[in-house]
Amino acid sequence: MASKKFLQTTKRETMIIIALYLLFFVWWYATAYGFGDDPSQYDYILGFPEWFFYSCIVGYVGISFILWIVIRLMFKDLPLDEEAREAEKEEEKNV
Amino acid sequence: MFDNVPMVVPLVLYFALIMGVAFFGNRLSAGKRTDTADFMEEYFIGGRSMGGFVLAMAIITTYTSASSFIGGPGVAYNLGLGWILLSMIQVPTAFLTLGVLGKRFALIARRTNAVTITDFIRARYGSDLVVVLASLSLLVFFMASMLAQFIGGARLFETVTGYSYQTGLLIFGLTVVIYTTVGGFRAVVLTDTIQGVMMLLASVAILCAVVAAGGGVENIMRTLYTIDPKLLTPTGAGDSIPKPFILSFWVLVGVGVLGLPQTTQKCLGYKDSRSMHNAMVIGTVVVGFTLLAMHLVGAMGRAVLPDISVGDLAVPTLTVRLMSPFWAGIFIAGPLAAIMSTVDSMLIMCSAAIVKDLYFHYVAKNDVKALSPRKVRVMSLIVTATVGALVFLAALRPPSLLVWINLFAFGGLEAVFFCPTLFGLYWRRANSTGAALSMICGAAAFFWFNLTKTSVLGTTAIVPTLVIAIAVFIAGSWLGKEESAEKLRIFDIQ
Repeated sequence: MASKKFLQTTKRETMIIIALYLLFFVWWYATAYGFGDDPSQYDYILGFPEWFFYSCIVGYVGISFILWIVIRLMFKDLPLDEEAREAEKEEEKNV
Repeated sequence: MFDNVPMVVPLVLYFALIMGVAFFGNRLSAGKRTDTADFMEEYFIGGRSMGGFVLAMAIITTYTSASSFIGGPGVAYNLGLGWILLSMIQVPTAFLTLGVLGKRFALIARRTNAVTITDFIRARYGSDLVVVLASLSLLVFFMASMLAQFIGGARLFETVTGYSYQTGLLIFGLTVVIYTTVGGFRAVVLTDTIQGVMMLLASVAILCAVVAAGGGVENIMRTLYTIDPKLLTPTGAGDSIPKPFILSFWVLVGVGVLGLPQTTQKCLGYKDSRSMHNAMVIGTVVVGFTLLAMHLVGAMGRAVLPDISVGDLAVPTLTVRLMSPFWAGIFIAGPLAAIMSTVDSMLIMCSAAIVKDLYFHYVAKNDVKALSPRKVRVMSLIVTATVGALVFLAALRPPSLLVWINLFAFGGLEAVFFCPTLFGLYWRRANSTGAALSMICGAAAFFWFNLTKTSVLGTTAIVPTLVIAIAVFIAGSWLGKEESAEKLRIFDIQ
């Protein structure tokens, strides 16, 4: 049945995703409500109110970029078919 | 009516293209499979062959619907930038779904030959009650959600072409039902990919048209400020988006998406883990971009055409008024694509629920001789046509608020599927007692909170509903018997 490695990898990757999700939430919340709520005092970036620029535009671009980096560096390419995974397990034993 | 010819032609061509692709998808898979089990794996999950781009598009186009292209921007038109903030909660949909469920689902689906979410639930809990509950709630809530899509599609068609609402409904309904049945899952994801590209292009084009017509972003924001300064705040016009309300959406369209069978089912159908990794990135980029662009269209459109009376008409009206008829005809296909790509996924899953999960298992007793590939196809046609017809009849007299029907269906699906899916994958103690109790109590609580309009601490119905569903699931699972070690080994959670 499943190798330990597959289990550990999926658990670790799930944790990474949850961390990214929390990061996005905290950024979204802090920038949306952190700039005060009086529209007459707003500063503007590229025409957008500051809170909107950081929360909706930077937040979206930022999380996409971080996700791309994280997946490239930390996500493992695991075989999903049983036979392929059996073969991998054999290899592990032989090493 | 003749004025609309330049607008109708691109639309008709687009429908024809989608049909053509569906028939092509059908030819790709036809003849290859003569064995019924193989055929069903092909027809209902496309032989688990989706690559990264297709997987991303399949998830995103199924998830984004009339709400994201018509209803949501309509609310943004009325409430301003605050509703865009709310819509951005959905940016992580693709990476959350695939990242949390993806690899485990894919592995277990291959081990247990699961083609549908219900197959997974049957294998995990081994309970007929849980399976029937899952199938029935899937049918009920999918039909509610499709109702919202049909209404959105027909209204759009009506506004753009000038033909009657009923004509729009008929053309739209027939197109989707036919191409879905003909091509099966493979046609669904192939057309979804094209529809996704169409949605992207359309949202860019409509956004550019609005920004240009408003004289640039700066100018538009100044105009919005003079209309109502609150349009520029995160709490929206009239402070209609208070914090507990918007935070409820982190449950409904945030974490809760892990319970939506129409997107989680796609986790069963991809080729390898590299496809999944690519889909996480592509899906996040695409969904974030289309949501941001379309909701900006709604909010900024207010500065360009300030007197649209009904929110749902904001996007169609802006498109038609700001673009020449030919281009309006092309880009109105974007929202139509968003709608069709949601309906087709739901139709094929309704078909799978009835033909495979209920008929094949309980009536044909898993006997492949009783159900030839041909019969699967015919039954599937009957099921999709019937479901389509029922939704069509309901849509003839449309209720007024499009967004809320869809969000109601979302909430219902999450109330039922969130716990059995997530706990089933990750918690060894999860069992059928917990699943059945949680599904029943979750659905009942959701209806109760919605009907009585009871609000707990200012949140929407889904928040207390999920708390109840989770509590009942955990309590029920502790009361019930632990699953056998052998089964837990299949699910890798021993």
